[in-house]
Amino acid sequence: MAPLLQLDQVTICFGGLTAVSAVDLRLGPRELVGLIGPNGAGKTTLFNLITGVYPPTRGAIYFDGRPTANLKAHQLVRRGIARTFQNIRLFASMTVFDTVRTAVQVHRTHGLRDALLRGGGFRRAEAEVERQVRELLALFQLDRVRDEPAVGLPYGDQRRLEIVRALATRPRLLLLDEPAAGMNPTEKSELTALIRLLQEKFQIAVLLVEHDMRVVMGICERIVVLDYGVKIADGPPAAVRANPRVIEAYLGEEAAPHA
Amino acid sequence: MTEFLQQLINGLALGAIYALIALGYTMVYGILRFINFAHGDVFMLGAFAGLFFTPVVERVFPPQSYSGGLVVLLLAMAVCAGLGILIEMLAYRPLRNRPKLTVLITAIGVSLFIEYTCQHRLVFGAAPRKFPDLIPVKTWNVDLLVISSTQVIVFVTTLLLLVILRFIVQKTRMGTAMRAVSFNEQAAALMGVNINSIISFTFGLGSALAAAGGILFAMSYASIDPLMGVQTGLKAFVAAVVGGIGNLPGAALGGLLIGVIETFAGGIPGLSNYRDGIAFTILIAVLIFRPTGLLSKPQVEKV
Ligand SMILES: Nc1ncnc2c1ncn2[C@@H]1O[C@H](COP(=O)(O)OP(=O)(O)OP(=O)(O)O)[C@@H](O)[C@H]1O
Ligand SMILES: [Mg+2]
Repeated sequence: MAPLLQLDQVTICFGGLTAVSAVDLRLGPRELVGLIGPNGAGKTTLFNLITGVYPPTRGAIYFDGRPTANLKAHQLVRRGIARTFQNIRLFASMTVFDTVRTAVQVHRTHGLRDALLRGGGFRRAEAEVERQVRELLALFQLDRVRDEPAVGLPYGDQRRLEIVRALATRPRLLLLDEPAAGMNPTEKSELTALIRLLQEKFQIAVLLVEHDMRVVMGICERIVVLDYGVKIADGPPAAVRANPRVIEAYLGEEAAPHA
Repeated sequence: MTEFLQQLINGLALGAIYALIALGYTMVYGILRFINFAHGDVFMLGAFAGLFFTPVVERVFPPQSYSGGLVVLLLAMAVCAGLGILIEMLAYRPLRNRPKLTVLITAIGVSLFIEYTCQHRLVFGAAPRKFPDLIPVKTWNVDLLVISSTQVIVFVTTLLLLVILRFIVQKTRMGTAMRAVSFNEQAAALMGVNINSIISFTFGLGSALAAAGGILFAMSYASIDPLMGVQTGLKAFVAAVVGGIGNLPGAALGGLLIGVIETFAGGIPGLSNYRDGIAFTILIAVLIFRPTGLLSKPQVEKV
């Protein structure tokens, strides 16, 4: 199968620091892949490269077979890449409903002119947007807080709202940056189930950064490990868990099988 | 009592114009976090656009008619929307990732450039010009109160524009995206919002409102000159800060407040000479007691 996402020798340097170093990566259209590594390994930076926040210093990124160089962040979203943020970045006092609406409307062409004329086309499109927002909110059990400002939500809801907002752009590739960070074990296992569910329901590829190994091992078919910007392992969970380089760099002895 | 009501009406009419201009300052601040000091000059250009469009429009529409006045207003708004977008593209966009101070100084430069270019005799000339009557001049007497047709038009136009603005910001795709950008530009971009087009849209919208303010101001005071945007622009800026910079209802409220207080102060003997200083006194008071403005917006979290 042709890869949905392909990274060829992707490298980025910040001054003297090489945050991501010659990384090769391929991701199939419906793969759920975990991305792990110690703090500062370059996981978030890799997301920033894929989503066009930074251009790579060297190397190339292809999405759906086409190079992404020269595309701005918002154009990549329209091509089908969406993400969440490690440190939550919601639209402060915007309501839950409007937050998701902003993302749903990314693909809409109706602009101000239609809005002012209030044509039938505009009203129909508007109703369709509303329907999609309601459906997404219901799926994530956020419909009960739809009119509340995003900042006022409990932490777990804010994390889930970030995922809904990303999904609302109808991506083919979803990048989740530590979506379970700061959640309690119950919330974590709910979220794990939800990630698996949405991956199946929306038939998308997911790249998941997560420090909690139970979450990663539980749902990922494949795990990629970064250390100091270098990819040190890439394979099925069992193989990665047994890989001595991974154990040394990240997992530690206790995580090794039958240690 | 009649005296009080009369002053209130006059003050609100002036305040409505400040409000229209203040909205542009506050919208641009909300998106780009800098003060577009050239905004007062766009207000002036709106008035001059009206001056030049009036004879053209009067060839088609009856002179001093409401329909003709409306066409002049819309044309001036459209021209200034274009100018606002152009100013942003030429002057501010190349400095997008530079320190805010650089952009702020550039804004002052743009403002001076417009003011001095327009004062040149081949442009508008420095002397004040008489602004034509756009609508039928009438006054109504209610008891002892006097209300002019211009004042009615100022109120109606401002109210309509505020309602339309609210609709745009709350309900349309561009408006929602605008709010998203004002909360977190990068997150908005990564949700598919085209930042450049939102910024252009914001400048266009704000400039159109300033042009409307310019026309209404010119209709009210009948005289316009290339420096008319300096003081009025500054007071509208103060109104935006008083209301809470970045906050749209705040800008409208601040404008009305400053217009009313200034008018009342002008009516008090002994204080009338200090009329133009009133806005700044209010500013200082607000900055001391409520630094984030009357309708303060919660501070946007920086990441
Ligand atoms: N814009 C930047 N400028 C300079 N250095 C940066 C920048 N972004 C990231 N870095 C550096 O790149 C390295 C990788 O950072 P990154 O945030 O990608 O790590 P991470 O794997 O996501 O870590 P964590 O698990 O803590 O989130 C770090 O040393 C970081 O300081
Ligand atoms: Mg990170």
